[in-house]
Amino acid sequence: MRGGVAAVTEPAALATELPAGRSTGWWGMALFIATESTLFAALLGSYFYLRFQAGPQWPPAGIRPPELFLPLIMTALLLPSSLPLLWAERGIRRGQQWRLRAGLAATIALGASFLSLQAMEYASSLEEFTFTTDVYGSLYYVITGFHGAHVTIGLLMLTWLLAAALRGKFGVRRHERVRIAALYWHFVDLVWAAILFTVYLSPRL
Amino acid sequence: MSTVAELPAGAGPAPAEQLAARWEEPRTVRAWFTTVDHKRIGRRYLVTASVFFGLAGVSAILLRTQLAGPEAGLLSPQEYNQLFSMHGTAMIFLFATPMLFGFGNFLVPLMIGARDMAFPRLNAFGYWVFLFAGVFMWASLPAGAAPNGGWFAYVPLTDEVNSPGLHLDVYTLGLLFLGISTTAGAINFIVTALKLRAPGMSLNRVPIFVWAIVATSFMVLFALPALNLDNGLLFLDRRFGTHFFDPEAGGNVLLWQHLFWIFGHPDVYIIVMPALGIVSAVLPAFCRRGLVAYPLVVLGVVSISIISFGVWAHHMFATGLPQLSLSFFSAASSIITIPSGLQLFAWLTTMLLGRLVMRAPLLFVIGFIVTFVIGGFTGAMFALTAFDQQVTDSYFVVAHFHYVLFGGAVFPILAAVYFWLPKITGRMFSERLARWAFWLIFIGMNVTFFPMHLSGLFGMPRRVYTYPEGLGWDPWNLLATLGSYILAVGLLLVVVGVVHALRRGKPAADDPWGGDTLEWATTSPPAPYNFPVLPEVHSLHPVWDPRTAESVAAGAPEARTLAEGRQTIRTSELDARYEQPIEMPESSLRPLVAATGLLVVFGGLLFDWYWVAAGGGLLLALTMVGWLWPPAEPT
Ligand code: HEM
Ligand SMILES: [Cu+2]
Repeated sequence: MRGGVAAVTEPAALATELPAGRSTGWWGMALFIATESTLFAALLGSYFYLRFQAGPQWPPAGIRPPELFLPLIMTALLLPSSLPLLWAERGIRRGQQWRLRAGLAATIALGASFLSLQAMEYASSLEEFTFTTDVYGSLYYVITGFHGAHVTIGLLMLTWLLAAALRGKFGVRRHERVRIAALYWHFVDLVWAAILFTVYLSPRL
Repeated sequence: MSTVAELPAGAGPAPAEQLAARWEEPRTVRAWFTTVDHKRIGRRYLVTASVFFGLAGVSAILLRTQLAGPEAGLLSPQEYNQLFSMHGTAMIFLFATPMLFGFGNFLVPLMIGARDMAFPRLNAFGYWVFLFAGVFMWASLPAGAAPNGGWFAYVPLTDEVNSPGLHLDVYTLGLLFLGISTTAGAINFIVTALKLRAPGMSLNRVPIFVWAIVATSFMVLFALPALNLDNGLLFLDRRFGTHFFDPEAGGNVLLWQHLFWIFGHPDVYIIVMPALGIVSAVLPAFCRRGLVAYPLVVLGVVSISIISFGVWAHHMFATGLPQLSLSFFSAASSIITIPSGLQLFAWLTTMLLGRLVMRAPLLFVIGFIVTFVIGGFTGAMFALTAFDQQVTDSYFVVAHFHYVLFGGAVFPILAAVYFWLPKITGRMFSERLARWAFWLIFIGMNVTFFPMHLSGLFGMPRRVYTYPEGLGWDPWNLLATLGSYILAVGLLLVVVGVVHALRRGKPAADDPWGGDTLEWATTSPPAPYNFPVLPEVHSLHPVWDPRTAESVAAGAPEARTLAEGRQTIRTSELDARYEQPIEMPESSLRPLVAATGLLVVFGGLLFDWYWVAAGGGLLLALTMVGWLWPPAEPT
């Protein structure tokens, strides 16, 4: 249609050719993460508020402090799961489709194993207490369940990225969505550290 | 200073035609449901929020009629409970914030010289969610299942045992539903103001109104999660038997109050802040000079938004918190009057130094200043713990917060209605009608709420559906009720004025008031693409500044016309350097479908139909998959 110089300097072309500064999408996700972090902060804050108002014994009588074995394995799966994603993002910046796909697949696998271990954990703790047993049970299941829901949403986003990646939708200059979704995953990932501390480690302190 | 440089209408016919082809929407039913134009969405916010204001107002009139004399039988106690709870909840959540978001939606892109919001489809989605959440809550009233635990719904009154039925489930789910819209709107405002400002509009040239909307949005992002969590936990307690608020099983009822007021106090400023922004936007036009002490006002706006997070416990002085924390919160509550006072003095000085043009919008601004100062005065009294403990939960409190909220939100909103009506509709209103409306509202408002100070001091508690004769409350109650009728007539006159303007109003000039911000630099009403040429901003008062006017004259570079596509300019965050043009989305049905999915989710949760809720979630998820799918390669 238009030839030569015009084709690359006219605004429509420039819009997709020249990444400069942070995009609106990046800011949107950053702000969304800010408000979600506040939500988790309020939730974990409520945990400590209720715990310290509940009296000296925590967990309350009849419930043992949480086992650490499984949660530590889950941590070992989830925290490093950001690395393949970073590697994938670097890859697509250089146009390496295979790295994007492989990295996404690896992160998805790690996240999915995390969720299955969480299911196993629930299976054993449900034998001891449920979310209606007392406030400890309510906190335990709601906090971990809420985080689990975030991991699930993160996984859906990554799967969606993988589907688009397999269709070759991303390229050297067109991978904003990868960057933004990755941001969310790193957040879900980091929140787990705070949950590990609050729910699993702090009762033993 | 006050020379008004007329900005020329466009850069020649050719780009304007091209732009129209890209931006105009057909006049079809489908286009009505799919539009993503911030101006149409903004107008819808305004109209919908006004309807909710009307419903909440009618509820209030019913309450006042019931209280006109002792032992009246118009309303049963159950009806009274639902009506005052819906009145408060709707005024706060379904009227004040959405109304101000409506002005923000219409104005922010225009004021910063952009063609739309940063996320136009998210914007449409936010509107539909707001509409559905509002209908969700109001529909419960005729069904006799409306929230009945007051607008702050304290446990244990609102737990399953003490408040059986759907009432409180409508409350928790309705507010969670609405919160999605508010959060989406807040993110959209911040990103828009951060990235889409016209080249040259560095942070020290951003209009105060935009600052106020951005500060409000930040408060929303950091305050609303507390309310959402609170409502989520209460829903779980009521429906699924968790024990967060149940002392029998280790829970704690004060958790509700802490979380609620961590949100609730900033929310007062979430409501009032954009209204203060309106005042700062209206004043320059009618004082014929720029706002005095712009940097200090901006500083005030920012510091209020931060300090307001440190004062929540002043709503809990009567709950037996430790004495030391009472002193802390009492001090913090007193400190926050400083930045508020700063703004007040900036306005007064602006008025003193300017040449006042007494038109309806200015009248409402003056009405605001008077009532807000009275409300602020009684507010400062509450900050003293001892006084607070005397009058807490009495009509004195009702009087106080209506002076703050009616004075601080409704007066500025009405000023805004008249101020921007010519821009929004392209029609002028009748000044005579507007003045009548003002005086009726001003007098009605004071006659309604001033006597409540007295009945409160004489011991009348709030939230009582009736009272016995001979306690010394009767005359004040009768007076308040008469006042509310005057007020209602005044508010009706506003509606009449708007309809009259739409039907009979003279066509409005592009800049009827000689305003200083960019929305006055475009046509009334603005074209779908807002500006034929996106301006280059050279000062805080771009419309009064000849260099900015020059920047949109014929021969503007292609980089600021962007007539080839549906585009606007992205600039850098702090100093608004040109970064690149960005592609704006076309209209789409997806926002409406996604919001419908959410409606199904919340309806399903309300009625225990969890499979239906899951179906709604699936609809939402599938819509998002398509919505966010990477677009085809640009051709
Ligand atoms: C239109 C004129 C208005 C009238 C006549 C009116 C009247 C009333 C009355 C009589 C009550 C007390 C009910 C009771 O305690 O028994 C009340 C409560 C309340 N009003 Fe208004 N009001 C008006 C406007 C507003 C506005 C504009 C707002 C906020 C933006 C508002 C927010 C509230 C709130 C939050 C409550 C407390 C509800 C509760 O106790 O849970 N009102 N109003
Ligand atoms: Cu407060």
